[in-house]
Amino acid sequence: MSRTEIKIGGLGGQGVILAGMILGRAAALYDDMDATLTQSFGPEARGGACSAQVVVNTERNLYPCVTRPDILVVMSQPAYERFVMEVKPGALVLYEESLVETHHLPEGCRAFGIPATRFAEELGRRMVLNIIMVGFLTALADVVSVEAARKAVVDSVPKGTEKLNLGAFEKGYEFGLDIKNRESSC
Amino acid sequence: MKADPMGVLVGAHFLDGDHACCEGALAAGCRMVFGYPITPSTEVVERIARRFPMVGGVFIQMEDEIASSIAIQGAAWGGKKVMTVTSGPGMSLMQEHIGFAAMTETPCVFVNVQRGGPSTGLPTLPGQADMMQARWGSHGDYEIIALSPNSPQECFDLTIVAFNMSERYRVPVMFMMDESVGHMTERVIIPESTEIDIEPRRLTRAQPSEDYELYAPEEDLVPQMPPVGAGYRFHVTGLTHDEKGYPVMNAWVQEKLVRRLVDKIRKNASEIAINQEFELEDAEVVIVAYGITSRVVQRTMFLAREKGLKVGVFRPVVVWPFPEDRIRELAGRAKAFVVPELNYGQVYYEVERLVAGRAPCRLVDHGGGALHDPADILKVVEEVLR
Repeated sequence: MSRTEIKIGGLGGQGVILAGMILGRAAALYDDMDATLTQSFGPEARGGACSAQVVVNTERNLYPCVTRPDILVVMSQPAYERFVMEVKPGALVLYEESLVETHHLPEGCRAFGIPATRFAEELGRRMVLNIIMVGFLTALADVVSVEAARKAVVDSVPKGTEKLNLGAFEKGYEFGLDIKNRESSC
Repeated sequence: MKADPMGVLVGAHFLDGDHACCEGALAAGCRMVFGYPITPSTEVVERIARRFPMVGGVFIQMEDEIASSIAIQGAAWGGKKVMTVTSGPGMSLMQEHIGFAAMTETPCVFVNVQRGGPSTGLPTLPGQADMMQARWGSHGDYEIIALSPNSPQECFDLTIVAFNMSERYRVPVMFMMDESVGHMTERVIIPESTEIDIEPRRLTRAQPSEDYELYAPEEDLVPQMPPVGAGYRFHVTGLTHDEKGYPVMNAWVQEKLVRRLVDKIRKNASEIAINQEFELEDAEVVIVAYGITSRVVQRTMFLAREKGLKVGVFRPVVVWPFPEDRIRELAGRAKAFVVPELNYGQVYYEVERLVAGRAPCRLVDHGGGALHDPADILKVVEEVLR
């Protein structure tokens, strides 16, 4: 059984839930795996630390909750502070490097930053930050296939914005692949 | 009969439980919903408001839950399959009309996406504390059917079952979701309409006449309904009534009517029952859990089995009527029963009553607002095995 717990954290409005939705949809509809998306859902989530939890499983995902993430994706400092201590030993931590300063990383964690805000601004829309992070995760974590993730991006974003969002996805994905190749060659 | 293809959104979807419930209602043939949106059930009616008009259906946002719960019943007698959707505070307001539906044998579905209570409680967080209210929240004596889904897929599948049962037995069916199932998103497979069985309305074979009996029961104690606009003249009342449907208020008619309302569910309980069993063959400890908690305990069972403890899970999918016979059978061979639920003991006392001292029973209570920690349930399992 292979079960992967993913937590995505950020500020309400950054598209945290949509990022979780894309990952879950990629796994559940296009990679033939089981996926469960749950979300912190409450008035306190608006503008504050907010999160989406995705459990991806090669078998039926019976227990739906994320307890100790294998992968943490963070797009805000409060989300980092709040969630980083929850991760499993050896977890993968992915962060937006102009918004998050990492410290006190649990032992054995692999942490990688990406200038996703700058990339998003270069693409002309700051709001595609979350899609860049999804691409980054797709490259660095063997959770969902890149084909599945691309299809899920197209399914999940507003009509007419597919090209912009796929561009954002590729930007994050390529940046992640570069890191992955560097890591494997050293 | 099979589902109307117009209402069936065939395909694989990534949906939350609330949205899946809407699609289940459409597939079941429901075309009229009256409701008053309330968290965490709002997404059900949001989708209904968008989807129903596309298939010739109607959604009306009513002035309140009291109006919603009686308006659907007018529509049911007008020939529609109907549903209303709410959460705890709204359910409390609907109780009077749930009794009316039970007394008048009106087929209808009440969706309760449970949140923490009492009162306004925890609007955005889960609870399972409305189970006894679902069973007996209205005054007087009656029986209903209650289902408890644990995934978005089941929110689709079992909403259809809920409609079918409401038509088959002519009772209000309580669809007992909870916040975590309602807001959880997973794959939902919606099959072709030809693969979906639909229970048609039980329409009378009697001819319209002066002597027409609105409530003449069939062999299974369920009466048939008259089609509207076909010449039948009838009276539907919440007062104690005879088989013609007119008020007759005495002990004899009361005994005949209310006993039948209760018996049509109790005597058909084995036909209504839907249970799931996991690793009960060699189980020394039986965990009884329903709804979202039935998924949490899967983790407990896994952890227990890793430690070599013989633990199994019994899950009533239909919670009311309660699977009494099966619990009695299991009580004859299990060493102990553990019942976790997001309340301070509701279904637990049913288990304890049926086990009747033959094995120790332990409640793992939880006030709601979160799910149980599977390890907490495991601790209780280990204690009872000591």
